[in-house]
Amino acid sequence: MTDQAQVLAALDAVRDPELDEPVTALGFVSSCTVSDDGDVQVRLRLPTFFCAPNFAFLMVADAYDAVAAVEGVRRTEVVLDDHFASNEINSGIAARAGFAESFAGLANGELDELRTDFVRKAVLAGTDRVCRPLLAEGRTVDDLAVLTLGDVPQSSELDRLRARRAELGLPASDASALLVDATTGDAVGVEALPLHLRRARLTRVNTEANGSVCRGMLSHRYGTRGEGQLEEIP
Amino acid sequence: MYEKDGEKYFVVDSHMHYWDASPENWVKGAENYAEGWIDCFQAYQGLGPPETHWDAEHFRKVSEEDLMKDVFEDGYVDIAVFQPTYLKEWYREGFNTTERNGSLAEKHPGKFVVNGRFDPREGDPGLAQLEKDAERWGLKGVKLYTAEWNNGSRGYKLSDPEAYNFLAKAQEVGIKNIHVHKGPTIWPLDKDAFDVSDVDHAATDFPELNFIVEHVGLPRIEDFCFMATQEPNVYAGLSVVIGGLMHARPKFFAKVMGELLFWVGEDKMTFGSDYNIWEPKWQVEGFVDWDYPSDEFSDYPRVNADTKRKILGLNAAKLYGIDVPAEFQLAGDGTPAAQDDAALVEHGADV
Repeated sequence: MTDQAQVLAALDAVRDPELDEPVTALGFVSSCTVSDDGDVQVRLRLPTFFCAPNFAFLMVADAYDAVAAVEGVRRTEVVLDDHFASNEINSGIAARAGFAESFAGLANGELDELRTDFVRKAVLAGTDRVCRPLLAEGRTVDDLAVLTLGDVPQSSELDRLRARRAELGLPASDASALLVDATTGDAVGVEALPLHLRRARLTRVNTEANGSVCRGMLSHRYGTRGEGQLEEIP
Repeated sequence: MYEKDGEKYFVVDSHMHYWDASPENWVKGAENYAEGWIDCFQAYQGLGPPETHWDAEHFRKVSEEDLMKDVFEDGYVDIAVFQPTYLKEWYREGFNTTERNGSLAEKHPGKFVVNGRFDPREGDPGLAQLEKDAERWGLKGVKLYTAEWNNGSRGYKLSDPEAYNFLAKAQEVGIKNIHVHKGPTIWPLDKDAFDVSDVDHAATDFPELNFIVEHVGLPRIEDFCFMATQEPNVYAGLSVVIGGLMHARPKFFAKVMGELLFWVGEDKMTFGSDYNIWEPKWQVEGFVDWDYPSDEFSDYPRVNADTKRKILGLNAAKLYGIDVPAEFQLAGDGTPAAQDDAALVEHGADV
């Protein structure tokens, strides 16, 4: 029999594409119920009534796919509450319609390109998370230029960086360069590295500051913990 | 003006409002949008200190007396720049129109700068209206919402040929400052509404105009910064940055400020309270007291009283041609609103 823990574990793999964090950890899962027969209902909530509908749609669609793939789940329902486009998104997801179809006349394209842009940003932000501790240990920029992913000590941040690179089809094996261009996958040369690392840090600051504001808005709006929500690391 | 520890600051609030979001002004059938919009604004107020939070009724519509007290008497502001937001699909008389702002400004000469707006999709009638508004209100600036929905169009780009016609007209009628809202928006649905590449093109092709990107492109600060380093006439509007982060998220405030000071530079950052989302009083006091909280931030540019003088008032005063008395000028060397910081990337890019 499927239980709530399995469903929540599946939802841990669903990310806010913009913040690159799990919807569970962010507090976006307001409830998750599983019946004895394997019927699952997940309710999602967001920090504001006007959060970007494209990202909202992606999260609801991804949550649906993740839950439906859990073994033993018979029926999946994912509902987004309290959003200006709740009706369009919920009925679109229920009908397994794409984004453009769900917003007929208001959107021309699907969201693949948008998602890819944000995975690229996640690669840059992840680069800072992995490289900053190395620099703090005393390694120089020149040292970093010749490192491969396999040279870097194991960490959850390194796993996360590898996963995002693999998602984009960028080199992600032990032998791949640690520092690569997030679009071409080419190794970044020593000369371009200082600017590359600056950009990586800026991208991380932006993503994390943004995530921090979203958490603050969500907590101001609801004041309750979501399923699987994690405290913000201060 | 604000004075602390013997240092004096001339304060220009370069981004504030005088809106009417009371239920009487909601469009029938669009009440959920009108209410959702103002509730969303009020949630942002929640990021300020608890003692500055208001009840919904007060937040939705302040009186003239409230505004004058909050901004000028209590808030240290010398000159405030009204930025209009029309939203007539949701608010019958508009949310915060140039006329509404202008009528208040006319009652208090010397206190306000009244900015206008345009929408390139309005074609020739829009151009004529811009000319009329410029004449009527003596416009020096406009506020633009590139992602605004309009009759089935899902936003526009500043680099569109139609937008260029309006920018040329704006320049012709004496407008200098183009405030572009690149921040939380709804439309267009399938694109990234925060994309700033259009500002890049327009800033290159209209070097005589200043482009102030409001909310610094939040939540796309990185895209904004990369662009701003290449364009001498692009400025960072700090509305929401100080109000939304300084109190609620001090660590991220320090990082975001550090990044902006590095990439954009202190000559090109302008304070805006975003009143009445937040009152200027605590923002001005807190910003003057502010410094990086620890050594963790040691590789960001340093800040001193002159940095804060520029950001709180002198940069915006320069952009708007506002005379600032001698006692508020920089203590050291420097040129507020100077455009030559843009080459920063070439010679300042150490890690």
